[in-house]
Amino acid sequence: MEHRLIDHQINQIRDKLLLLGGATETAVNRAMQSLTKRDSDLAKRVLEEDKIINQMELEIDRLCVEIFVLQQPAAHDLRLVISVAKITPILERIADHATNIADAALKINDEPELKDYADLSLMATRASEMLQNALDAFTREDSAASREIIKLDDIIDASYKRVFNDLVKIMTENPSTTAVAAQLLFVAKHLERIGDYVKDICELTVYMKEAVFIKHSH
Amino acid sequence: MSKISISNLDFYYGKTQALKEISLEIPENRVIAFIGPSGCGKSTFLRTLNRMNDTIPNTRVEGKILIDGQDINSPTTDVVALRRKVGMVFQKSNPFPKSIFDNVAYGININGIHKNKADLNERVEKALGDAALWDEVKDRLSSSAFGLSGGQQQRLCIARALAVEPEVVLMDEPASALDPIATQKIEELVVQLKKNYTIVIVTHNMQQAARVSDRTAFFMLGKLVEFNDTKKMFTSPDEKLTEDYITGRFG
Repeated sequence: MEHRLIDHQINQIRDKLLLLGGATETAVNRAMQSLTKRDSDLAKRVLEEDKIINQMELEIDRLCVEIFVLQQPAAHDLRLVISVAKITPILERIADHATNIADAALKINDEPELKDYADLSLMATRASEMLQNALDAFTREDSAASREIIKLDDIIDASYKRVFNDLVKIMTENPSTTAVAAQLLFVAKHLERIGDYVKDICELTVYMKEAVFIKHSH
Repeated sequence: MSKISISNLDFYYGKTQALKEISLEIPENRVIAFIGPSGCGKSTFLRTLNRMNDTIPNTRVEGKILIDGQDINSPTTDVVALRRKVGMVFQKSNPFPKSIFDNVAYGININGIHKNKADLNERVEKALGDAALWDEVKDRLSSSAFGLSGGQQQRLCIARALAVEPEVVLMDEPASALDPIATQKIEELVVQLKKNYTIVIVTHNMQQAARVSDRTAFFMLGKLVEFNDTKKMFTSPDEKLTEDYITGRFG
């Protein structure tokens, strides 16, 4: 098949989106590590590197606008560019949640450990795996896999409820723990939101592949 | 009921078959766009709708075209009346070497549509108004039509077509020779006209088809590949061939 002018630009935004996705995954993993390993230097690095992620978002936005204006994409090309344009800010928001987790780590890393972080770590591992698999499914344009990943969000939601109840119990039993427990509650909420965002990414992969909007339908 | 109903239409230039088994329903008061690569048969098909191909020797049409339920290829069809009912605007504007007024009045005069001079004036004003040209020419109706810009000449031709009160207007690449501003005016006009007319437009400009039409038909090698809602056609066409064409993979 002949190489079209638009192909180069489409490959470019797809590649840049995957780089952004990789940077976002790293941010989430490092943020959680900065909490569980009490590594405040790593937390600061996450905060610092968020600026790079923001720049990546702006660059993809610019390229998408260029494609719309210069190439006027249609059909699958159009759906792909729309999906990239919509997934980009989602990834940037996931990275913002990572910085919020890193911020919480900085606040509580010097405080006595309230509880072990096994359940939060598990939530984070699941969210991170979901993100990675969602980006893989996007690359393969695999809508069936995307639909499966969407279902996993329920597991993260259930974990969030458990962690929430545990932390409320700790706070009720020992009110002096409230400041630290509140930060951990935020961390759990951030992880739960990341699951929601990954779901949105999967819905856009389904749109790109099948031209159907499944958002708000499940 | 559809305004125009086409079933199993074949068309031949001599031994060459230019249209193959076209079946299509064109609804009333809608804009239908025909797209497809050069030589795909879209203009030939457009011209079958008011029998303009009759003027080309050694051509043959098979199948049925019903307009308001009447078979337009029936031996009893009055072709002049058909072409009054199904007007046409061409790629290159072709005003007569007459005044602006006389260009529009021409069809009204030869068909004897008007009752008197006042009625004629009224009809000319209405046609120019419908073609979004009245305000620009009302003070120079007796000037030559050749003094108008390309875009204005094309709208004059549209006014001339509208003056004889057609029900269907066929447009064969009406804006392909115009600059972007004049093109935009023609496109706005097309959308306005569908309130009162059924419009069929052939265009090479896919964005134009997307902007103005309600439904789009994609032709290739004399066949109708897909006829679909325009929004669907340009976001998720049903046929792979359509997808390949509108995304520039061939054509």
